Amino acid sequence: MKLLDRFLAGDRTALSRVITLLENDRDRRSAILDRLYPRSGKARRIGITGPPGSGKSTLADRLTARFRTGGRTVGIVAVDPTSPFTGGALLGDRLRMQGSWDDPEVFMRSQADRSHSGGLSEATPYAITALDAYGKDVIIVETVGVGQSTLDVSEVSDTTVVLLTPESGDSVQAMKAGLMEIADVLVVNKSDREGAALFASELKVIVDMGRWEEGWKPPVLSASARDDTGIDDLYERLDAHADYLSGEGRLQARRLRQGRSAIEKALGELWQGRLTVLQDAGDAMDRLSERVAQRELSPLAAAREMMDKMAD
Amino acid sequence: MAENIRVLVAKPGLDGHDRGAKVVAAALRDAGMEVIYTGLRQTPEMIVEAAVQEDVDVVALSILSGAHMTIFPRVMDLLRERGVQHMLLTGGGIIPKTDAEELAEIGVGKLFGPGTSTRDIIGYIKEEVDRRRVADEI
Repeated sequence: MKLLDRFLAGDRTALSRVITLLENDRDRRSAILDRLYPRSGKARRIGITGPPGSGKSTLADRLTARFRTGGRTVGIVAVDPTSPFTGGALLGDRLRMQGSWDDPEVFMRSQADRSHSGGLSEATPYAITALDAYGKDVIIVETVGVGQSTLDVSEVSDTTVVLLTPESGDSVQAMKAGLMEIADVLVVNKSDREGAALFASELKVIVDMGRWEEGWKPPVLSASARDDTGIDDLYERLDAHADYLSGEGRLQARRLRQGRSAIEKALGELWQGRLTVLQDAGDAMDRLSERVAQRELSPLAAAREMMDKMAD
Repeated sequence: MAENIRVLVAKPGLDGHDRGAKVVAAALRDAGMEVIYTGLRQTPEMIVEAAVQEDVDVVALSILSGAHMTIFPRVMDLLRERGVQHMLLTGGGIIPKTDAEELAEIGVGKLFGPGTSTRDIIGYIKEEVDRRRVADEI
């Protein structure tokens, strides 16, 4: 049987191979997506993001177990950074995600971000599509440890959970643009640590001062993923957010936004692809770089020249 | 040359010495590979499940406990059961030559002893992955 037929018959090994092809094989990526995309869109997508060491993997592990108790199947994509110097990566999320290793209804994939900016890998949305088309009820996406401007996760998630710890910095840090604005749910993890209650109450003040969508003010929850406390509360709030989204076409609106952003990303990918296949692109780039360095041409004008070249 | 080589590094068995596994994991990462590190006390079932879900090119096990004649064949069997013959099963530890030969007969790759240079391991993995990668018909 061919790969995609095996995939559609529920073969886990085939699911895994399909994700690999979506990651590595730019030529066949499109043909695979043509088959899978129409079958996707049914899963709930939950993004988990936060600074390095905030406990994202442990939380994802506990949350997975909770979703399983609730009778839902789970797919997980966990992203770790690629070294820009060597291209290598140490993917350690599995270390903390072994709670459901023998559950055939849980599938977990580690991805290196392959120097893609934004906290995810270029192929993360494709892995999500594969898990969704495969039939997973819930897909949890865990980003690399992020700062204030790596927000791609909100563009692939229906619900974004921002995880912070009492050490995440004073409230001024939290007020900076970015992370706070993509949160549908905020969780103060490691809540057994000193200062956790104070940090949580400061976060609540900031949420109160901020803007949020009508009908949903991001709750600030406390949890200790290691000790498995606060997970039930989070689970209930996630369900509440799913209920909120299901009203008044809100989910539809989010999916429209996701679609638009996905097209923009794909456009970038296609341009990049054109650049690499274009015979004389390298030479043209060399020539233009020189003129830019000599200040004969602005980078923007040079890019426009490249674009005209590629459009031919 | 194969790109984006993925390697699962795991430490089966009950002994708690994972320094060697960590050194190898870091060396493979620095050689440009994507290394999935699953840590200590992994059973053959856990290792194979992780290898399948991560679709790695290589499963590298560190075994110092003397249980290599049980663990390698078991992992090999489970990999075959899951239909992933292309994966290279390799590893390191204190493994007598005759045992390594016996394991090679059932399809286990080269096994590296103490004092091996990580460069040898990297070279071996790159060569094997180049040879073993399969193109799926979609």
